[in-house]
Amino acid sequence: MTAPAQLDHPETDELLDRPWVAIVWNDPVNLMSYVTHVLIELFGFTKDKATQLMLQVHHDGKAVVSNGTREQMEADVARCHAKGLWATLQQD
Amino acid sequence: MRGMRFTRHRGALRADLDAVEAGVLAQLAEEVLGLVDEPEVSGDPLAALVGLPPGDVYEPEGPVLSRLLPDAYDRPGADGTDPEASGDFRRYTDADLRAGKRANAQVVLDTVPEGGGRMTLDRDQADAWLGCLNDVRLALGTSLGVTEHTDPDDRGDRADDDPAYQALQVYGWLGYLQESLLSCLEPRVPGTP
Repeated sequence: MTAPAQLDHPETDELLDRPWVAIVWNDPVNLMSYVTHVLIELFGFTKDKATQLMLQVHHDGKAVVSNGTREQMEADVARCHAKGLWATLQQD
Repeated sequence: MRGMRFTRHRGALRADLDAVEAGVLAQLAEEVLGLVDEPEVSGDPLAALVGLPPGDVYEPEGPVLSRLLPDAYDRPGADGTDPEASGDFRRYTDADLRAGKRANAQVVLDTVPEGGGRMTLDRDQADAWLGCLNDVRLALGTSLGVTEHTDPDDRGDRADDDPAYQALQVYGWLGYLQESLLSCLEPRVPGTP
């Protein structure tokens, strides 16, 4: 006997609603001034905001730099990689 | 090799390089160019015919290439990784990522004065230099195993002609150079000319 296929997936809907985030990770090579410069250019942050995020990466090891759909975050991560930032995406 | 730095002159950037500096920069740009050569892919002629990315893009081998071409779903220091999603992401982005790095390295090779001399860069060329210097530092820094506590000037108990120490000094010099280039460049914010 096979159990009837379950058609309702309430958890799935909830999963789909959760935003994705792009995360920049600390690495020992990238200059702090370079990370700030790149965050301004890629995401249009003010210098203060970019500096704050850079320091968060530096001190906490990582920082969320953007959020949105999975596709948007994949695009953001690809743009970070193009600049040499160590970035990944995940569901928040 | 400490003397060279970038300065701004009427919207252009200028730097004076000696022969050794020019030679080192050209050699390192060549190495990046070789590292991020055309991706190795498993052949799928049909996919190529319809302009789709080919089959699996092989994962980069070794720490240097893995740092230049990172995984998108592999979270350092976290428990969860998703190699399948990373592979899929790589399939669609790897060729562009490599091409961008090659283009930057090519600008460096095209503009670095052979045998040394004065170099003048427009903004696009300066951005390419910035990207290539970063790739060169990522490659060199990763292969040297630098950490945030590495002091390139600290010789420790190594001899002056120790190749690892010399490479570390080049790494330190490249950081100085990149810092000087950054100090001449205002970020170009999206949506502004």
